[in-house]
Amino acid sequence: MASTRRIVVLGGLGTAGALVVGYALWPSHRLDGANALAAKPGERFINNWIKIASDDTVTVVVPHCDMGTGIYTALPQMAAEELDADWTKVKVEAAPPDSLFANGPLGEGFILLSQGMTRDSLPAFLRGTADNSFRTVAGFMNLQVTGGSSAVRATGIFGMRIAGASAREMLVKAAAARWHVDTESCTTKSNRVLHAPSGRSLGYGELVADAVSYTPSSNPTLKLRSQYTLVGKSIARVDIPKKVNGTTTYGVDVKLPGMAYAAIRIAPVFGSKLASVDSSTVASRRGVLKVVRLDDAVVVVADRFWRARDAVAALNPVFHAGADGTVNSSQLKARRVAALAGADLKKDKTIGNGADALTGARVIEATYTVPYLAHATMEPMNATAVFRDGRLEVWSGTQDGLGARAFIAKTAKLPIENVTFHLLPMGGGFGRRLPGFFNFLEHAVRTAMAMPGTPVKLIYTREQDMQHDYYRPNVMNRMRSALDAKGMPAVWISDYTTDSGANSEAHIAYGIANQSYRIAQVATHVPVGPWRSVEASWHGFFVESFVDELAHAAKLDPLAYRRALLANSPRHLATLNLAAEKAGWGSPVPTGKGRGIAVFESFGTVVAHVADVTVGTDGALKVDRIVSAVDAGMSVNPDGLKAQIEGAIIYGLAAALNGEITIEKGAVAQANFPDYEMIRLATCPQIEVYLHESDAPVGGAGEPGVPPTAPAVANAIFAATGVRVRDLPIKNHNLTVASR
Amino acid sequence: MSVQLKINGKMYDLDVEPDAPLLWVIRDEVGLTGTKFGCGIAQCGACTVHVNGNAQRSCATPVSSVVGADITTIEAIGENGLSPVQQAWIDHQVPQCGYCQSGMIMAVSALLKTNPHPSEDDLAAAVTNICRCGTYPRIRNAVRALANEKV
Repeated sequence: MASTRRIVVLGGLGTAGALVVGYALWPSHRLDGANALAAKPGERFINNWIKIASDDTVTVVVPHCDMGTGIYTALPQMAAEELDADWTKVKVEAAPPDSLFANGPLGEGFILLSQGMTRDSLPAFLRGTADNSFRTVAGFMNLQVTGGSSAVRATGIFGMRIAGASAREMLVKAAAARWHVDTESCTTKSNRVLHAPSGRSLGYGELVADAVSYTPSSNPTLKLRSQYTLVGKSIARVDIPKKVNGTTTYGVDVKLPGMAYAAIRIAPVFGSKLASVDSSTVASRRGVLKVVRLDDAVVVVADRFWRARDAVAALNPVFHAGADGTVNSSQLKARRVAALAGADLKKDKTIGNGADALTGARVIEATYTVPYLAHATMEPMNATAVFRDGRLEVWSGTQDGLGARAFIAKTAKLPIENVTFHLLPMGGGFGRRLPGFFNFLEHAVRTAMAMPGTPVKLIYTREQDMQHDYYRPNVMNRMRSALDAKGMPAVWISDYTTDSGANSEAHIAYGIANQSYRIAQVATHVPVGPWRSVEASWHGFFVESFVDELAHAAKLDPLAYRRALLANSPRHLATLNLAAEKAGWGSPVPTGKGRGIAVFESFGTVVAHVADVTVGTDGALKVDRIVSAVDAGMSVNPDGLKAQIEGAIIYGLAAALNGEITIEKGAVAQANFPDYEMIRLATCPQIEVYLHESDAPVGGAGEPGVPPTAPAVANAIFAATGVRVRDLPIKNHNLTVASR
Repeated sequence: MSVQLKINGKMYDLDVEPDAPLLWVIRDEVGLTGTKFGCGIAQCGACTVHVNGNAQRSCATPVSSVVGADITTIEAIGENGLSPVQQAWIDHQVPQCGYCQSGMIMAVSALLKTNPHPSEDDLAAAVTNICRCGTYPRIRNAVRALANEKV
């Protein structure tokens, strides 16, 4: 690629952009530290995330962990593209959890840049890391977060591309100096710098030693999208071969010499404490090494996991439940109802005349609710730790290796230098393993510290995992509107409960002149956390269900109704139209079947789904098909993006149909999959995903497919039956003919 | 107490209780960690292995019940490199996090042995494993391709 065909990095990055780019690349003296930490013989770092070996191999060091979303392929694709690397000579590694390899600055800069936010108004997925106590240990700038659908949008766009392009510039400078020619006369291809006029060429491996002496540019010229040869291609994922033969080592698979296993029973009522436990009843069981009393749990350490598990189940611990030990779901619902009915609603945002516009004959009101949800990753939470000579070494899969290391240091009251953390692939993340939600690390660390010298692998059983999650919040939303003479909404009023302040995802894309958003803070003892698509997981359902209600009230076609309201939102409109066209919207739907549509933007990506359902006279629901259209701007790896949308639809569908965590006597009532049913092959609809490429900034992939799923299905159920689902999950509704 | 198990063609003399779960014996005694723990109650299928060629959920299988049986795990499903099912999983880019895929591959491999051309309903009835990443559409595609190949 000749440099004359390149463009200069976006001129409009501004101050925040400078911050981003400035942090993206190290001063050259920091390469020594990186080489010592993560370079193998023959390799050298040329900048933060790229190593070049003497055989010209390029290794991209990814400052994220693998939770299955394909970023170990997509991010290196972006770096390799700018570096003009031959993909067959590109290797991928995980960055060590060291502050040298933090991705936080990228994430922060990205957020500040794209959202106009301040550090104190971070989205939920970063909030756990940004509290003051945490910052004193790790510092906000020391994140290695994988979440918020941010890997490609932040690390890829602001890190990987710059790293690739900058490294390329340094290699070209080194070659030009060696040949005494202009850099302008040099080109790059397949891990080599070429000088066409003289026919000479040098491999990157031959140049890297010279190249590192040049100052890395934070403002290198980047390729135009039309020049991409790797980005935009459905390159096969690099992690998949090891995932089909059982050789990927997840956290739960760690093996250490002399390792013991631990099983835990955590106080069932959140926030309650262990009062007493008689450990003598299990002391003589085979393999039992120790009964460890933690503040909020009892742990049995044994030589094998099943022995620890059976022993801990045989104990009769007494827990102090406290006042929260009588709380149940109906009381929590009453709190939300009261909060929304009360006078303490706090204004979030008003457009036009706000709620004052709620006048006229055609006022429509509906209250929606979504339940608590568990993440239920396939790999239950676990961590392995050994405390030896005042040092802790810990192995686990988390969505932030550096944050995990800092959390461990804080938990153990050790200097961070005395903590080594090994970040392992995760059997699912979905937000469960983000910083701020590290109960499994705390339990493993405290257990290991009670057994100095012995490596201990602590595994939550499925029951403990389900009952000690940080749940998608239970949220209630009172929606109101008034239709004008043409049946279009004159006002949009959204009053909703919240565990954690106002939700930007509540704000609609629809062009409605008067809008009002207010929040009702509700405090409970149930821990909540980010769950795939976070706020959008509930507001997508509220917004897209209520707008559907308005369309039906106006006796207008739900697609046409949305189109009319999205006249000034071209991305939404194009995505909606693509989904409708591919699904055959408007074609006849037989009796007993229904078709529903929904469109929602989250994490910078617009997704529209059309759901087709069949509802039997006995009320049995089958989701037959979901057709999806996606505008993520440019797709780095189209097949990878499609896979994420497919997965998000199924994740959202499991929640919509069956997902519900309820509270009884202060504790979670569900324990394992029979109580918390998933989608399986038999219940998985046909799914079609269509990509709409646009010039919009690159959007997220992992989460945006979730929010429109529940409303598309609920809207299809309404079309089939006339039953409006306003409370999830759908399983709680009677869809029989008699109920219609 | 000694239990003899034949796993991937190799005999193991194991000092475990007769009711020890096969899953944990495979993982922690034998040291083969490709077979995964998901639920512990034979609901999710992450722990699926072959017992005499049939798919069985090892987390709820006491070792005493499989003495003398041929037990096969994901590590040995591809006798010479990758099995056709494993190759199809790569061709169709099935796995995401990958955690459930050992069990999926074992369940599908067992099905294809007795029913080389399964319909979508056959597949859904035989393979009830859970995948939280939502790889089912790609599993269907991969199995469809395998079924057609063998026609």
